Amino acid sequence: MRYLRSFGRFWWNFIVGDDWRVAAGVAVSLGVTSLLTHAGVNAWWLLPTGVALVLAESLRRAVGRG
Amino acid sequence: MATRPGGLGTVIADENRGVVHRVLLVVARDVRVNVNRLAVRVEAASADALTGCMLPAADPQVLRFVRAHFRESLRKKSRPPAGIAHAIKESSDAGSDDLGEPFVVNTTTVLIVTGAFLASAVEMVEALTIVLGVGVVRGWRSTLIGVGAATIVLAVLVAALGPALGSIPIGTLRLVVGALLLAFGLQWLRKAILRSSGYKALHDEEESFQAERTQAAAAADDRRAGLDWYSFTVAFKGVLLEGLEVVFIVIAFGSAQGHLGLAAAGAAAALVVVVIAGVLAKGPLSRVPENTIKFAVGLLLTSFGSFWGAEGVGVHWPGDEASLLGVIAFFVVVSLLLSRALRRKRVTLATAGAGA
Repeated sequence: MRYLRSFGRFWWNFIVGDDWRVAAGVAVSLGVTSLLTHAGVNAWWLLPTGVALVLAESLRRAVGRG
Repeated sequence: MATRPGGLGTVIADENRGVVHRVLLVVARDVRVNVNRLAVRVEAASADALTGCMLPAADPQVLRFVRAHFRESLRKKSRPPAGIAHAIKESSDAGSDDLGEPFVVNTTTVLIVTGAFLASAVEMVEALTIVLGVGVVRGWRSTLIGVGAATIVLAVLVAALGPALGSIPIGTLRLVVGALLLAFGLQWLRKAILRSSGYKALHDEEESFQAERTQAAAAADDRRAGLDWYSFTVAFKGVLLEGLEVVFIVIAFGSAQGHLGLAAAGAAAALVVVVIAGVLAKGPLSRVPENTIKFAVGLLLTSFGSFWGAEGVGVHWPGDEASLLGVIAFFVVVSLLLSRALRRKRVTLATAGAGA
């Protein structure tokens, strides 16, 4: 069980890292892009914009903590 | 054998054209794909349904057949669906063949090799520091055996995962790889921006090297299987953990574009350069501008992640692959602006703190 937990923690840190909100923001941006695309809107601009906002917000929080 | 009822409706390549060892992936709405070792069958309700389809690396003989077929179709149609043109471009990117076309080196392949090289180099510099710190203090035999064992594990991972990813539909693969690259790349970019703006300390290889040496000198002498167990395990874990990031980036970069070999070559070149530099310097590579490289890698990972992630959910980029440069430029500008804003904020806070 301890190894399983360590294994899970390793991959969590590896993929998600310090701020889980970044990964969540990426997932939301991808989801909304997918919805719009399937609704017929070629929303190529949405993901880079969403990612930039997620990055800015994460940095704002990191600096606020520091 | 080739049949084509209804114009572009059906493409069939059978075993007379060569057994299909790698799955030919075609992703498009309303397109049915049936692949086995004997035949590749692509059925579409109409030519329009093929818009947006992708043909990444596949068996060269099948690619030749598909290209020839699409060329014939193009000659007969004045305005081909965008997906067909893209398919020909993709299959051209997969390599040279007996049609006499040279291997195409485009912006994407250059960026893939560059990204794999830089990301691998920066991770290998960190692994080198660990290995040197242990090897210099406790001897090289067990340390190098640890390095060798970790390298074997990493090579097995690449050999196992690389071909396995080839069987995943390209749209799904690009979505998953894009999402992972975004999550991973944003970590690098975020830390690089925090470091460049002074909110996070720069990584110091010399300091890490001295810390590694101190720990190695203080560790107890524990011999197992004829090895200095401390040297073996520290070198093994160091190379494995740093190497996992390299493997992840190489596989992600390589598989999503069908250029696993190119990405691996970029990583191999980084290994050679770092090892030679380490041997020449006889110490940690502390003069390597690590944060600048991590900044660049973070930008590439985030840009590729956005590009492939969006493609994975069905987005069609204006200008196709050329728009990748636009995405990179966008993130460069955003990152530099964020870095500048954070630096200003830090200076303002410091000035206010000094005045109080």
